[in-house]
Amino acid sequence: MTRRPLRVGRLSWRVRPRAVTLCVTGLVLLVLLMALNMRIGEIDMSLADVLAGTFDVNSPAHFVIMELRLPRALTGALVGMALALSGAIIQSIARNPLASPEILGVTTGASVAVVAGVVASGSVNSGVSGLLATLGVPALSLVGGLLGAAIVYGLAWRRGLDGYRLVLVGIGVAAVFTNVKFWLLTVGDVNDTSRAMVWISGSLNARGWEHVVPTALALVVLVPVTLLGARSLDALRFGDDTVTALGVRVNLARALLILAAVLLAAVATAAAGPIAFVALAAPQIALRLARTAQPPLLCSALVGGVLTTGADLIARIAFSPIELPVGIVTAVLGAPYLIHLIWRSRK
Amino acid sequence: MSAATVAPRLHGIRQRRLTVLSALLGALAVAVVLSVTIGSKSVPLADAWHALTSPTGTENDIVIRSLRVPRTVLGVLSGVALGVAGALMQGHTRNPLADPGLLGVTQGAAFAMVSSIILLGVDSLLAYIWFGLAGALVASVAVFALGMVGGRGGPTPVTLALAGTAVSALLAALTSAVVLLDEQAMDVFRFWQAGSISGRSADVVWQVLPFILVGLVLAMINAPGLNALSLGEDVARGLGQNIPMTRTVGVAAVTLLSGAAVAACGSLAFVGLIVPHLVRPLSGTDHRWLLPYSGLVGAALLLFADVIGRVVAPPGELEVGVVLALIGAPFFVALVRRRKPVRL
Repeated sequence: MTRRPLRVGRLSWRVRPRAVTLCVTGLVLLVLLMALNMRIGEIDMSLADVLAGTFDVNSPAHFVIMELRLPRALTGALVGMALALSGAIIQSIARNPLASPEILGVTTGASVAVVAGVVASGSVNSGVSGLLATLGVPALSLVGGLLGAAIVYGLAWRRGLDGYRLVLVGIGVAAVFTNVKFWLLTVGDVNDTSRAMVWISGSLNARGWEHVVPTALALVVLVPVTLLGARSLDALRFGDDTVTALGVRVNLARALLILAAVLLAAVATAAAGPIAFVALAAPQIALRLARTAQPPLLCSALVGGVLTTGADLIARIAFSPIELPVGIVTAVLGAPYLIHLIWRSRK
Repeated sequence: MSAATVAPRLHGIRQRRLTVLSALLGALAVAVVLSVTIGSKSVPLADAWHALTSPTGTENDIVIRSLRVPRTVLGVLSGVALGVAGALMQGHTRNPLADPGLLGVTQGAAFAMVSSIILLGVDSLLAYIWFGLAGALVASVAVFALGMVGGRGGPTPVTLALAGTAVSALLAALTSAVVLLDEQAMDVFRFWQAGSISGRSADVVWQVLPFILVGLVLAMINAPGLNALSLGEDVARGLGQNIPMTRTVGVAAVTLLSGAAVAACGSLAFVGLIVPHLVRPLSGTDHRWLLPYSGLVGAALLLFADVIGRVVAPPGELEVGVVLALIGAPFFVALVRRRKPVRL
């Protein structure tokens, strides 16, 4: 009873009731957390005010909700989903639960680019503010992330893309980027370093529609692509030879899926910085909750959204009025939960 | 294959291994000589020898005895420790992504250090290192305990790796929170993070030496058991291995080695990540050879990188961690591309 095929004409899908339940629960939880998140701000509102502000144009809260709070909540949810989906794809392809967009060079490349930008312009432009914050940092991050991924991809490609070689090349490139980042942090003024640290940790502070739109577009385009590729992804875990024999064009499928993962991670990082741990933990949490062999894609994305939004909520209220970067809390929240799941799975 | 043909082949393998071993020892010796003589003040080889054998208190003698020698010894110790720890870690987790920091030592050390700065106002290098060591040991014991209860009948590679990643992420997050709140902690942390063996006195060497020595002994004891384990747990059990014991000894060795190295020199754990991949084509998968080779290559690599860091950006120095990444990693990538990787 765990797998009922759903048939429409000649098409059929496998449906796992457990995964469906998980997805629905995740979605409800996500919306609830977003609503709770939108309550907080300079003036705290009730949930009713939030609802009215979202859907009633004449509500006094309408402007604040639509211009400030909704875009921030949406950025958090979408970025979390994009990162988690990216992680799920990479973990499936690398057949390695430790893999994350980091080994594709995306997040590390973005970090180097942004830290370099902040350190170079720090004392001149008073750090991450003004034009640099709204345009410069996301652009630097996007360029750095894609460049990093291109380097990893280019170096790992040799008559096809081997998952194992990709991981090893990724380690090497990530080591270079990470240490260059460490070095840049020692070069700059300690104030600039602190500012760069906030971005490196991943922050949702002051995110607006300009951050929501690119992330949403990326998800709208890439989620269907990824789901189409999910069958190949399922097959890829059996090893290249078996998969080729099963009639999957291994290299093409893998290349497209990796491209999707790179784009998702790059766009998400550009919007909110390299939020730690979501891409790694969300797929592993989803996999254990859904009891599947491989990270379930949609469930992973929703777990990622819930994790990020929940973490942002805590980041804002834990030490209020000081707001922690969300990336610090994702790990504080996600790590114990993952540990709990590992502990539970011993039975 | 008859016994008569096997014997010469085994002899040949042994011969080749000893040749490689002496070549690596030679490379390390060259690295040591360079490390003692080259720096912002270069010292001729004869003067260096003089400083070591019969010091008379000249400027060169002081430079050699109080700066270069401790730095070189610390580099050798840490390089050996990280190389061996990396090979052990990858063997136990059977994961090419596993670095010796996987058990949480790097983040444990970092968190203990920055906490000691803001909570206790600690401000001397020796004290940081004690806190770092303690943090590294506590974190990895926690990871091991989690992996232990998570796996069925002893820690399995996947639960160990995941538990390590989870604990590391947690500690890293707490560390970032601390350094964001306290600028002095940030200032210490960012230099520690870059990884360096400069400015450490002989006291630091004595501080970490016992941990590394015990770790190395445990590592070599662990090698045959790890060889059996890499055939799969069932086969290993069939061969009479006590699997939980083998794992515990291995993890203890990794903890001591990498904890000591990381506490003293900062986050250099990826030396341990890269070195075993460089060494495996030479040694094959036999850990009795892989471990010593990795140690020697780790030490030579660390020293060469340190020497390059001293001369590449005068009048300042580039941290060894940065040089290692800039030189070691491209070399590593080239190697991965050229050869078919030896799988774990």
